[in-house]
Amino acid sequence: MPVLWLFVLLLVIAAVAFFAGRATVLRTVKGKSRLLHSLPGFYGWYTSILTFVPAFLVLIVWVIVQPLIINHAVAPMITSAQDDIQRSLMADDVQNIAKGLDLMSAQGLLPQETSAMPDDLRGMLGSVGVALGSDPTEDKYAAALEFRALSRIGSIALTAVVLMVAGAGFLIARRQVTPTMMARNKVEDFVRSLLILSASIAILTTVGIVLSLVFSTIKFFGLYPAADFFFGLTWSPSFQGESELGLLPLIWGTLFISLIALLVAVPIGLFAAVYLSEYASSSMRAIAKPALEVLAGIPTIVYGLFALLTVGPLLRTLFGDGGTFGVNWMTSADAAITAGLVMGMMLIPFVSSLSDDIINAVPQAMRDGSLGLGATPSETIRQVVLPAALPGIVGAILLAASRAIGETMIVVLGAGAAAQISMNPFDAMTTVTTRIVAQLTGDLDFSSPTALVAFALGMTLFVITLGLNVLALFIVRKYQEQYE
Amino acid sequence: MNQMSLIDRAVDMTHIKIAARGVNVYYGDSHAIKDVNVEIADKTVTAFIGPSGCGKSTFLRCLNRMNDTIDICRVTGDILLDNEDIYDKRVDPVQLRAKVGMVFQKPNPFPKSIYDNVAYGPRIHGLAKNKAELDEIVEKALRRGAIWNEVKDRLHAPGTGLSGGQQQRLCIARAVATEPEVLLMDEPCSALDPIATAQVEELIDELRQDYSVIIVTHSMQQAARVSQKTAFFHLGNLVEYGDTGQIFTNPRDPRTESYISGRIG
Repeated sequence: MPVLWLFVLLLVIAAVAFFAGRATVLRTVKGKSRLLHSLPGFYGWYTSILTFVPAFLVLIVWVIVQPLIINHAVAPMITSAQDDIQRSLMADDVQNIAKGLDLMSAQGLLPQETSAMPDDLRGMLGSVGVALGSDPTEDKYAAALEFRALSRIGSIALTAVVLMVAGAGFLIARRQVTPTMMARNKVEDFVRSLLILSASIAILTTVGIVLSLVFSTIKFFGLYPAADFFFGLTWSPSFQGESELGLLPLIWGTLFISLIALLVAVPIGLFAAVYLSEYASSSMRAIAKPALEVLAGIPTIVYGLFALLTVGPLLRTLFGDGGTFGVNWMTSADAAITAGLVMGMMLIPFVSSLSDDIINAVPQAMRDGSLGLGATPSETIRQVVLPAALPGIVGAILLAASRAIGETMIVVLGAGAAAQISMNPFDAMTTVTTRIVAQLTGDLDFSSPTALVAFALGMTLFVITLGLNVLALFIVRKYQEQYE
Repeated sequence: MNQMSLIDRAVDMTHIKIAARGVNVYYGDSHAIKDVNVEIADKTVTAFIGPSGCGKSTFLRCLNRMNDTIDICRVTGDILLDNEDIYDKRVDPVQLRAKVGMVFQKPNPFPKSIYDNVAYGPRIHGLAKNKAELDEIVEKALRRGAIWNEVKDRLHAPGTGLSGGQQQRLCIARAVATEPEVLLMDEPCSALDPIATAQVEELIDELRQDYSVIIVTHSMQQAARVSQKTAFFHLGNLVEYGDTGQIFTNPRDPRTESYISGRIG
């Protein structure tokens, strides 16, 4: 039975178990549900969970493990392989052939099962949409037939085992369900473990990401000296070898562009937040706040296009050769300032929205106290509200900074690709993120430091933004305690 | 005490500091204050009493235009401070509030040091020419707030670190430091324990020497203890206004009598 149908059948059985469990317990108390420890539905849920969950777990584990075992079993049949690596590649071919044969038999194209390989197997498989990299060999065909046979047995066994587990779960639940049983507590325990599982998946993912970075990073440092990476002043990767992979030009570009972005975003965002929270009428606020937040919803690639098509050329006509100011500072539209400005625009709603929340969290009593002493609204904001909100605002700025550091698309399209350490914002620069993209696009050879450096860069970025986020959260949390 | 100062005192007692004529306040559609007329004397403690929601705090906040900060609030009628209409277009609420100080129900020290809390008003109004003068103003205000002895060794500690009663006295000192002419107090003791309340009440009595003090209170004992004049509000109306002794011993309006004897409220 196909796995999907088995799953649906399991769901149906679980639904039946619900009503059966509920009916059983109601029958034992002759319909007087007040005599039960829990509401009748909980006994139904308990039966249903005990029927469904173990069987479902068996199903999942089986589906993952079965191909591994079968592959292992058929691998020795691939006699044309010279070594283990080639054998594992050929095992994919075997699986593809087996899949193709399944499709063919489903469409009635396979008249009979023969152990002799059809002449035009590759063409026949192609006609059902399975493309093979090379002509199938006899041993692969034999292995594929064996693969199919084992899969068929596995599938039948799976159905039998899953249904047995479900049945056993149901019977156990039936026996346990008595009017005095604490069904509600057990169901709630189950729900709680489900919630814990969901929460831990999010955390485990982070751990998984870090681990995957760590191992590749360690591999990279085995091939390339760490001191050269962290203190190298030149970035010139080359897949032919002899590449210089110095981090500093990239970090410089990242921080320089982020600094320009923050210089744009922080004052504008903060002033917008002060206006919105302290001066704007409620009708104005109702329009302006969502409008600002629309900016936050624009994908960064669109900002990148804006940088590439509008801001960059505009800046060049102002500061470039023969430009409005006649200064010839800018040779190309791709420059740190282009990316920085656009990234700043992207961060404005981020800063203003966070700061607005923080300013609003300053108790009205503070404003009343200041206004009641004869302070003007602007004195109140400058001397009471902003100082009270300052730690939170600093937290917001740090969060914005960590977004700026991790930003990729705007920099790809706006800042150019030259890895250089320059104080001139009109020069092209590049950042850590764009170099990760560049190193991991195209044909890859994961044994060369030129590709592996991407993981070291990613790790560096991760550590920097993690540090900033932790610092920001720490500051924001400390601030929150002040009024609560 | 010589004859002259007695005469001075008598004149002050009858000088009208604030006069309200036909004041109505609306919050959106609801009519919070209905045609209130009252004359408040200088160098006197006037108590506003009445059940919750009767409009006494709302009326108090009209006196220094704190209601301006609420969008939907609308005030009609005349309120005169020294015979000048405070709702006149030429009057800047900021200047008005420097003259009419306010102490709030909950202590609300700024998240600054004790010194900076008190120096806040004098600084923004430019009352001190130099640091020494400011120090003097701060010390004087803290002494008047009856909190100097408790905080003189930690003037640069945060004001939020004080106890509730100390915070409220700090807020009173802060209000006094701007040298207002009228001090509005909106249930200043409702968040305080009996000991701190007694300290604040004593303070209010001293402040009467220089200011006209208006206090909103839920405690009738407090009104009787600290005030010379009492106004009883009920459902947005000023029901009765007169000498405190008369209101508490011989109320003219049956509603006042019911409230004071605990039958309504």
